[in-house]
Amino acid sequence: MGLFLLSRLTSALFATLGVVLLVFFLIHLVPGDPVDVMLGESAQPADRTALRASLGLDQPLAQQLGGYFSGLLRLDLGLSLHKRQPVSQLLAERIPATLELASAALIVALLLALPLGILAALKRGQGWDWGAMGFSMLGAAIPNFWLGPMLILLFSLWLGWTPVSGRDGVTSLILPAITLGTSLAAILARMVRSSLLEVLGEDFVRTARAKGLSEWRVVSHHALGNAWLPVLTLIGLQLGALLGGAVVTEVVFDWPGIGSLLIEAIQQRDYPVVQGCVLLISLTYVSVNTLTDLAYAWVDPRIRLDG
Amino acid sequence: MGESMRRWLPLLPILLWALAALSADIAADDAARIQLQQILAPPGGMSLLGCDDLGRSILFRLWSGARISFVVALGVVSLSLLVGTLVGLLAGYRGGWPDLVLMRIVDVFLAFPGILLAIALAGVMGPGIDNLIIALSVVGWVGYARLARGQVLSLKQREHVTAARALGMPGWRILGWHILPLLWAPLIVEATFGLAGTVIAEAGLSYLGLGVQPPQASWGSMIRDGAGYMLMTPHMVLAPGVAIMLVVLSLNLIGDRLRDWLDHRV
Repeated sequence: MGLFLLSRLTSALFATLGVVLLVFFLIHLVPGDPVDVMLGESAQPADRTALRASLGLDQPLAQQLGGYFSGLLRLDLGLSLHKRQPVSQLLAERIPATLELASAALIVALLLALPLGILAALKRGQGWDWGAMGFSMLGAAIPNFWLGPMLILLFSLWLGWTPVSGRDGVTSLILPAITLGTSLAAILARMVRSSLLEVLGEDFVRTARAKGLSEWRVVSHHALGNAWLPVLTLIGLQLGALLGGAVVTEVVFDWPGIGSLLIEAIQQRDYPVVQGCVLLISLTYVSVNTLTDLAYAWVDPRIRLDG
Repeated sequence: MGESMRRWLPLLPILLWALAALSADIAADDAARIQLQQILAPPGGMSLLGCDDLGRSILFRLWSGARISFVVALGVVSLSLLVGTLVGLLAGYRGGWPDLVLMRIVDVFLAFPGILLAIALAGVMGPGIDNLIIALSVVGWVGYARLARGQVLSLKQREHVTAARALGMPGWRILGWHILPLLWAPLIVEATFGLAGTVIAEAGLSYLGLGVQPPQASWGSMIRDGAGYMLMTPHMVLAPGVAIMLVVLSLNLIGDRLRDWLDHRV
C-alpha cells in the first residue's frame, strides 16, 4: 500500500506541476503583445507600462514563473484586470454554484442510469433494453448546448414551470442539472448494463439461482455488489467531461459558476481570471481523480498489490 | 432487406454531411444573403427550413456550416491520430526514459477536464478555424497516444516481433512492418468516435463564440443565434441541433459496428 500511495501521489504531483506550467504559459500564447490585446493599441504608454508591471511581463521568464509559483502557494492568483479584485476572491464567489450544479448533475445521471441500465440488463433483448439503449445512443449524441435551449423552450417558455436562467432556488437548478447530467447518464446506463450482464453470467449467480433465491434477491444481493466497481471507475473517468461540460451548461443557463466566469473573462481578455479558472477546475479534477484511485485501492486489494 | 437497411442507414447522414461540406461553395452566397422581408420566416414557403433573425436561409446556412464541422473534424482527428500514434509508438517501443517522459506529458494533458483546455486555448489564441483545429488537436492527440502505446506494449511481446529482432531487423522497420499493420484497427475505431466528439466540440466552441466568426455559419453559432428567438421561431435552434445529432449519432453507430466487426476478426 505504501508503494502504491507513493506512486499515485508522485504522478498527481507531476500532473499538478504540469498543469500549473501550462496555465502559466497560456498568457504567452496570446498572439502579439498581451498588453496590446488587453488595452488596445491606442492606450497611453504609462498605462501599458503599469499593466506590464502588474502582470509581471517586464521581468525575465524565470522570474515570472517563480513569482507565479510563490503567489500560488499564498493562494494569490493575481488581480482581475476588469474588476480590480483578487482572482482568488472572484473564484471563491463562484465555487458554490459550480459545485451545486456538478453534484446535482451527477445525481440526475445516477437516477437515470442505474434503473435504465439494470432494467436493460434484466430484460435483455426486450423492449426495455431497446428503449434504454436508444436513450443511451441519443443522450450521447445530443450536445448540452442544444438540449439546454430545448428544455428551456419546453419547460420554461411553453409550460412555465421553471425559470429560464439564473440561480434562484431549487427550481432553477433542475434544468441545468438535467442538461449536464444526460450525457453522463447515457454513458453510465450502457456501462451498468454491460457490467451487470457480465456478472449475471458468473457461476456464483447461477449458484444463487440454484439455491432458489428470488430473482430480486439474486440481483440486489449478489449481482449488483459485484457490478458497481467498473461503474465507479467510469464515473471517475467521466468526471472530467462533467466539469468541462459544466462550462458550456453554465453559459446556456447563465449559471453564476466558474464556467461562466471563464467565458466572461475570455470575452473581456481578462487573462489572469482565465488562468485562475482553468487552474482551479483542473486541479480539482486531479485531486478528485487521485482520491478516487486511492479509494479503490482501499476497497479492492488487487489494485494496490498490482501497483 | 430490413436488416441490411438498418446496417447501411447510419452511412446516409455521413454521406450527406460530406457531400454538403464538399459542395459548400454553392451555398456560400445564399447563406450570407440578408433578406429583410424574410426575417424569422417560418419553414415552408420561400425557403424550406425558414429564415433566421437576419432573413438568411437556414437551409443554406446549415449547408455552409457543414463544411466547418467537416473540415474541423477531419483536420483535428487526422492531426491527433498522426501525432498520437507517433508518440505512442515511440513510447511503447523504446520504453525506458522516453516512455516515462512522454507518458508524464500525456498525464498533464489528461489532467485538464474534457473540453476545458480547448476552450482556454481557443479563447487565448483568438477565434478562427486554424486556431480551432490547433486547440482541439492539442487536446485530442493524448487519447491516441495512450491507445497506441498500450497496443505496442502487448504487440512487441509477440513472437513474430521477437523473431524479426533476432534476425537483426532495425527498430523502425519492425515498427513499420510488424507492429503498425496490427495496430490500426483499434485506432480507426477510436478515430470514428473522435470524429463524433470533435463535431460536438467544434459546435460547442462556436456556440461559446470561440469558433469561426460571423457572418460565417457554424452549426454551433446557429444554435446560439437562435436561442434568443426560441419562442417565436424554434426552427432556428431546432435545425442545426438535429443536424449535429444525426451526424454524431451516425458516427457513433458506425464506430460501434466497426468495433464489433474488428473484434470478430481478431
